[in-house]
Amino acid sequence: MKILLMGNPNVGKSVVFSRLTGANVIASNYPGTTVEYTRGTLKLKGKKIEVIDVPGTYSLTPFSKAEEVARDMFLKENPDLILNVLDSTNLERNLYLTLQILEKKVPTIIILNMWDLARRKGVHLNVKKLEESLGVPVIPVNAVGGEGIIQVIQSIEKILEKKEEHTPSIEKMDDEEKWKFIGKLLLDIQKIEHRHPTLLERLEDASAHPIFGILIALLVAYLTLKSLIGAGEFLIENILDPFFYNYYGPLITRIIESTFPSGPIHDILIGTGYDYMESFGLLTTGVYVPFAVVLPYVSLFYLLLGFLEDLGYLPRLAVLTDNIMHKLGLHGASIISLILGLGCNVPGTFATRILEDERERFIALTLLSISVPCMAQTAVIIGLLGPYGIKYIAMVYGTLLTTYITVGYILNKIMKGESPEIFLEIPPYHIPHLGTLLKKTWTRIRGFLLKAIPFFFLGVLVINLLYVMGIMKILTGLLAPIFSSILGLPREAAATLIIGFLRKDIATGLLAPLHLSPEQLVVATTILAIYFPCVATFVVLAKEIGVKGMIKIGILMVTLAFLVGGIQHLILTNT
Amino acid sequence: MITLKDLKTGEKARVQEIVGGIGLRRRLESLNIRVGKEIRKVSSLPFHGPVIIEVDRCEIAIGQGMAAKVLVEVLR
Repeated sequence: MKILLMGNPNVGKSVVFSRLTGANVIASNYPGTTVEYTRGTLKLKGKKIEVIDVPGTYSLTPFSKAEEVARDMFLKENPDLILNVLDSTNLERNLYLTLQILEKKVPTIIILNMWDLARRKGVHLNVKKLEESLGVPVIPVNAVGGEGIIQVIQSIEKILEKKEEHTPSIEKMDDEEKWKFIGKLLLDIQKIEHRHPTLLERLEDASAHPIFGILIALLVAYLTLKSLIGAGEFLIENILDPFFYNYYGPLITRIIESTFPSGPIHDILIGTGYDYMESFGLLTTGVYVPFAVVLPYVSLFYLLLGFLEDLGYLPRLAVLTDNIMHKLGLHGASIISLILGLGCNVPGTFATRILEDERERFIALTLLSISVPCMAQTAVIIGLLGPYGIKYIAMVYGTLLTTYITVGYILNKIMKGESPEIFLEIPPYHIPHLGTLLKKTWTRIRGFLLKAIPFFFLGVLVINLLYVMGIMKILTGLLAPIFSSILGLPREAAATLIIGFLRKDIATGLLAPLHLSPEQLVVATTILAIYFPCVATFVVLAKEIGVKGMIKIGILMVTLAFLVGGIQHLILTNT
Repeated sequence: MITLKDLKTGEKARVQEIVGGIGLRRRLESLNIRVGKEIRKVSSLPFHGPVIIEVDRCEIAIGQGMAAKVLVEVLR
């Protein structure tokens, strides 16, 4: 048995999916959060039923990769039942897809989601009449709060028992007939009261206003950065560092040294020296960097990102930046992949699927993988350069931003074609629900812990083994001439590029024991950000863009890393 | 009749015609921007930036080029 969840973008399919299956999937307040399908199971009286969360689409005629996934799932998965999720505040548009689904004669349940919001907006619907006209069950639901989900499950049970009795009776219509049908239906079942705009609605208008919108965007950016760095430093200085330096470190050192007083095992496990950023032992740096340096920033970033996502701010940012993005061969909606990429390049890569054409996706992916460092890397950069002052951190990010703009501008000039125009639904603001926000943040943090930490340990282990076996010396020796002459860095810094393929944060951390000058750190962290993606990003990027595209981007990355690093070195040593 | 591009911010209008290929028309229609619909221009970003319109309590941002292909009758 198989159930597909379908509907327009941003109607809350993923929330319904989580409610039905108990699986945690990321849901947000902007169209295009779900770009790939997710499978889950609903247990009904001991029977397991497969439920698939499908990306949102406005019609069965796709205009983007994500919409293509939706159509293909519908046509090829042979679902036994469709749960068609609708936004109650906007039935007219939502019903167009409903009619397209119903005419394919698959049993369907209609879920009128955001029922409470519709009430507040003054939209009154006659569910009974709607049910009669469409000939399929219609259930009002408030998925975020969980109301109506039980009724949905009961209805699923009833239909799956006698599937053949629930084939929709709606006949095929052409587009014009469909809209006419919907228009007539709504006159009958929908009443709309006029309401005065609320404060939140006034804020909606202001944040897409040419002047106020930009002021608000700057304020949002400032507050986000300020609270990210402020809270991150606070956590590290007052909680994590004291814990590691006063309790964990001495304890682990004592335990290991009582068994292995010295020798290679001692060095691999707890490294050399007392600074946990520099010792590079599996149990010292290997634990300290991910948990005390990276985790606080990653957690805070996801909390802040989740808040902005659930509020519905990202699409507004897309509108405001549309202009600039066009100069780079993109349109505003690609800002979403950039922002997700600042957390981790993997979801950032997937987010390019909402873009319409291949040229635009290629540019978006190139810029993302070249000049957008993930939060884990950022955390270590802040840890390394923070003590020398914000100026140096600004140099790294200023360089990356310049690279982003320059590369985008050049690609836009040399690649044939034009960037398509923006076409994006702007959802209303919702005050984020705290429980949902925390749960989503936790889902992402857990994902980070499960997927990143193993690679992190592997990275530290590989570093140790490469050093112990003397291989690192040979490898860095090969890169030494380039490093000293073009970049002004010691040969040991080349080790970061080798480890950077496993994880960028630990590779950046490798710079700590080298005691470089702040200028050298700026060059080293910048080229590390540019030169190649980490293995996790590499895998999804290669899948999204193909081998040929990957080779193109790969060559561009390596060339740019040395070019940009070289220019930085020239400027920094001559000023 | 004027185009959506030339409609003033805050003004309401009724869509009269969509001058463009079937692809564009379908796309606009799937978001309920179609002949006969009443719309309101919410905002318009300078330097050929996007136009935001409201259709049935729902806001949609579209490019200037697309906006220039939607002909409307101003409602007062």
